[in-house]
Amino acid sequence: MRIPLSWLREYTQLPADETAEDLMADLVSVGLEEEAVHRPSESISGPIVVGQVLSLVKEPQTNGKTINWCQVRVVPEGQEQTLTGKGIDPSGVQGIVCGAHNFVEGDKVVVTLPGATLPGDFHIAARKTYGHVSAGMIASARELGIGEDHDGIIVLSRLGLDPEIGTDALALFGLDDEAAEINVTPDRSYCFSIRGIAREYAHATGTSFEDPATRVTPPASLEGGYDVVLDDRAPIHGVLGCDRFVARTVRGIDPTRPTPQWMVSRLRLAGVRSISLPVDISNYVMFELGQPTHCYDLDKLTGTITVRRAEDGEKLETLDGKVRELDPEDLLITDESGPIGIAGVMGGASTECSDTTVSVLIESAHFDTVTVGRSRRRHKLPSEASKRFERGVDWQVADEAAQRVVDLLVELGGGVADEAGTDVGSAPAPTRILLPGTFASERIGMEFSEELIARTLGDLGAAVERRGADFLVTPPSWRLDLETKEDLSEEIARLVGYDKIPSRLPVAPPGRGLTRTQQQRRRLVQALADAGLTEVLAYPFVSETANATFGMAEAGAPRPAVKLANPLSEELGWLRTSMLPGLLEVAKRNNARGLRDLALFEAGLVFLPEDGAIGSASIPPLGERPTDDILDALEAGLPHQPLHVAAVFTGHDSPAAANHTPRLWDWSDAIDIARLVGDVLGVDLVVAQGAHQAFHPGRTAQLALRTGEVVGYAGELHPKLLAAHDLPARSVVLELDADALFEAAPDVIVAKHISTFPVATQDVALIVDAGIPADEVKDALREGAGELLEEVHLFDVYSGPGIGEGKKSLAFGLRFRAADRTLTADEASEARAAAVERAAERFGAVQR
Amino acid sequence: MTDTLPGATVPDPLDEAAVTAAVERALEDVSGASTLDELKAARIAHTGEKSPLALANRAIGSLPKESKAAAGKIVGSARGRVNRAIAERIEALEAENDARILREETVDVTAAPRRRRAGARHPLSTLQDRVSDIFVGMGWEIAEGPEVESEWFNFDALNFKPDHPAREMQDTFFVDPPERHVLMRTHTSPVQVRAMLEREVPIYVLCPGKVFRTDELDATHTPVFHQFEGLAVDRGLSMADLRGTLEHFARLMFGQEAQIRLRPNYFPFTEPSAELDVWHPGAKGGPRWIEWGGCGMVNPNVLRAAGIDPDVYSGFAFGMGIERTLMFRNDVVDMRDMIEGDVRFSEHFGMEI
Repeated sequence: MRIPLSWLREYTQLPADETAEDLMADLVSVGLEEEAVHRPSESISGPIVVGQVLSLVKEPQTNGKTINWCQVRVVPEGQEQTLTGKGIDPSGVQGIVCGAHNFVEGDKVVVTLPGATLPGDFHIAARKTYGHVSAGMIASARELGIGEDHDGIIVLSRLGLDPEIGTDALALFGLDDEAAEINVTPDRSYCFSIRGIAREYAHATGTSFEDPATRVTPPASLEGGYDVVLDDRAPIHGVLGCDRFVARTVRGIDPTRPTPQWMVSRLRLAGVRSISLPVDISNYVMFELGQPTHCYDLDKLTGTITVRRAEDGEKLETLDGKVRELDPEDLLITDESGPIGIAGVMGGASTECSDTTVSVLIESAHFDTVTVGRSRRRHKLPSEASKRFERGVDWQVADEAAQRVVDLLVELGGGVADEAGTDVGSAPAPTRILLPGTFASERIGMEFSEELIARTLGDLGAAVERRGADFLVTPPSWRLDLETKEDLSEEIARLVGYDKIPSRLPVAPPGRGLTRTQQQRRRLVQALADAGLTEVLAYPFVSETANATFGMAEAGAPRPAVKLANPLSEELGWLRTSMLPGLLEVAKRNNARGLRDLALFEAGLVFLPEDGAIGSASIPPLGERPTDDILDALEAGLPHQPLHVAAVFTGHDSPAAANHTPRLWDWSDAIDIARLVGDVLGVDLVVAQGAHQAFHPGRTAQLALRTGEVVGYAGELHPKLLAAHDLPARSVVLELDADALFEAAPDVIVAKHISTFPVATQDVALIVDAGIPADEVKDALREGAGELLEEVHLFDVYSGPGIGEGKKSLAFGLRFRAADRTLTADEASEARAAAVERAAERFGAVQR
Repeated sequence: MTDTLPGATVPDPLDEAAVTAAVERALEDVSGASTLDELKAARIAHTGEKSPLALANRAIGSLPKESKAAAGKIVGSARGRVNRAIAERIEALEAENDARILREETVDVTAAPRRRRAGARHPLSTLQDRVSDIFVGMGWEIAEGPEVESEWFNFDALNFKPDHPAREMQDTFFVDPPERHVLMRTHTSPVQVRAMLEREVPIYVLCPGKVFRTDELDATHTPVFHQFEGLAVDRGLSMADLRGTLEHFARLMFGQEAQIRLRPNYFPFTEPSAELDVWHPGAKGGPRWIEWGGCGMVNPNVLRAAGIDPDVYSGFAFGMGIERTLMFRNDVVDMRDMIEGDVRFSEHFGMEI
């Protein structure tokens, strides 16, 4: 909402030197947030005055143009030129070259004198042109920034103006006025009017104001006017689409009358351009009182006006020239010719006022918020009118608004108002709120006296009655947002000032700290960062193909994914089922920026719907607790959303440097980091040769829990995918279901008793078939060695000469120790032999 | 090398002057030795078996009994002087040698390579932990919920009426088909409702998390961002408790100088509602008020949706954007820096914010 200061000043005690910034600062305390300042004088400055063309000589030029060499009087005859400066003629008459031809000698015009500045940082100075010194410019509307008209210069008589020569043209066109723009929250519809802002300004500053609605006096009753029937047979949520329709008629308007400049400039500052006198008046009254009205050309109306819902297949050409297919939910204004407007949204073209309109019918109606809101959305027709109706308009002000339009059409358009008028519909039942005497004090946390409560609510325009210790409050008709005692408590606090609310720190009961899962997540993320990886946060929006490739190990069997109804891009219209697509995009972006040695990770949710329908056909109402069954059903309609953690490694493990050779990341790094994740959570991850369509077929580790549940994959990405993502060859990745790991983590770790007896270490090298996983051989050794074996590790893998074709040699280090004695060499050797024997049995392993 | 000194004569053990001369000569050679090898030669020449002083010592044995003591004293003290000088010289030369070796081992420490890459947390994630820790320290709990959420939890339970324009203030990603009432949560407030349904009053929870709105990414907007919301439900809570909590929190986030300001505002889920500004003394370009979030007293309809009697209990709630907090707290000027995952952004922060 933009508030021209001159307009607000008409109804409030706005100080003479108040700026738009001052006004916004005043309004902050009552909850109107500042948005912007609109100040024409920042782009235009004088001297710009009214002049009269004394003489005009047409001079044809060699370029085919004809220019006018004009003598223009800018100081009334007999008075002295008080302005000084380069190019100002002391005689009070300026010689000016003008290219426009829409004026004659004697016309009064707007002269921008040397020293003036026009919008676009255009400086006016005397300059030589077409053989003359042109000392200024005769301005068009566009040059002054007050309109689009550039076909000719402004001839003041055509605007209905005859000011004295030398009059300041900036004031004449309201260019010395300014507007404050504020943000109005959806509940405060009454603030979309000077009327509402004036009241709020009075609340904010403690000054008095005059309600603009009280300036007009509509007849006590309206009868015998144009026939209007309210016939809504399909109210939405049981609320009638139209519960009041005031119609007034004014005839004999002079269609040539221009809109006065004071009105044009206020509308311009409010953000609306001047169209014609009836339309301008309608807009003006809407900004002033908050009630949208519509002017129909009375001569184009046919018979009774009926307000009803649209019928199937009905169409309407709206004011903007577009033909709209109407929906049975649209509320229409119709006459006997058919639809003539979508209620509260936009009028029809067939009954539009034109420059020949002499008689108008004024509609000032009250429409249902939901009906208007749905039509506005359906037809994508946001307007100043629909904005107000959707948020709620004061039911009571309709006849005052109609009267104001009538008065202005009579005063400015020379029309004559019919005495008869129409006012149909009935007022909604008033809201009454019982406010317990101490409620506001308790809710706000400060003491409000009974006297203060009564006075404050009275200032709002509410009727306040005492009911013992309580108050019975009837909010004013324009405050549709006041429905509960909580609403009233806000009003009291707001008018007293939120800055007066004291501060008290409540003490929460003893808490349990972070949950186990929250701690596990933190440990996981921190461990990866500590291991040298960089955390990133990618968007969850991915393509269908990405999900099909990364979300499932087997090709050709994509799991169901969540599809968005209104994605930002059609391609990325699905939610991720794997973390990898997003992470690879981030890696690719870094690579493109020359950052090629990367280790990135992300922990985030993936979205895994079950087969079948998502969501529910209906949702429970607001303001009450749904049953457990309904809550369970809502829950069941949501996709499974586990936390996954994934990482990608490209390029080298560290920057190149003197005394250091960086290593290229390889498949084993991905497995190593996966194992680290298991370690920090206390989960034993089983690494096995795996297969996943997104991975290199020979370099994929499947990661599983001891229970056999597969929880992720690690290894080299498939070379084709790497090429498709413009990532370096041999880039490696891992992805783990973190929630599954959290769940698998042991609750309590039972202490291991540490033996301090001496250790006996033995090594063994075993030759096995190349295809046998080293880890399984290790498991066999562990089993065979028995409980004397403290630790076993693989320290070398060799294949080549001396081993045999298709074979490999695995070298293990074994550490033996007993809990209760020093082991003899024989005991250790015996255990080692038993270990080897087991490996031989199981895999045909032969000692090297 | 010979172990006799060329031209040296064996002094008479009783001739003190001759012994002294031999000592002087020895000391001269010892102090003249500039390496351990030279010193070794000097030692052998002056203290070896065939050195003048050793020979003089040996000659004592053949002296008359009454002269032995005097001669022994002269020669003994002379040998002592020489041995001490040699020991001192060894120590000095060894020290010099050690120092030289260490000097020669000097490296350019500024050329040390970085072998390990430094990892980094994303600052939004770090900040989220920081905020959570502050509230956990106050006895609050951290609550979480799904990112794909039922429309009821996101809107209806929070008192957004079906046709209220407020629903449009939040441009919502709906899951296909939209008639099934599933969406990507537009705020973390649905977690409040879940927290109330799951817990017994009194409830003091903080709900941090990711939220989604259909804004294109630019310098100040992103379709995916992070919020944290606080909710307290207890007997007798008022706006004064809300202010006290926010003030305490603001001071822990921005320092003891921080202040807060509440301005009337509108949210469907709170009544009264307020916009929260924070006075940021360290703001770039000078101290100023910065819009930080929204807050208010929980609307009774929201308590009812969770089965809590609003006539017995009251609550307050507040919510802020984590991106916004990071932007003004740490002077991040472009939203895209936080979103794109450029490692230079996170790595600059490391593990801290």
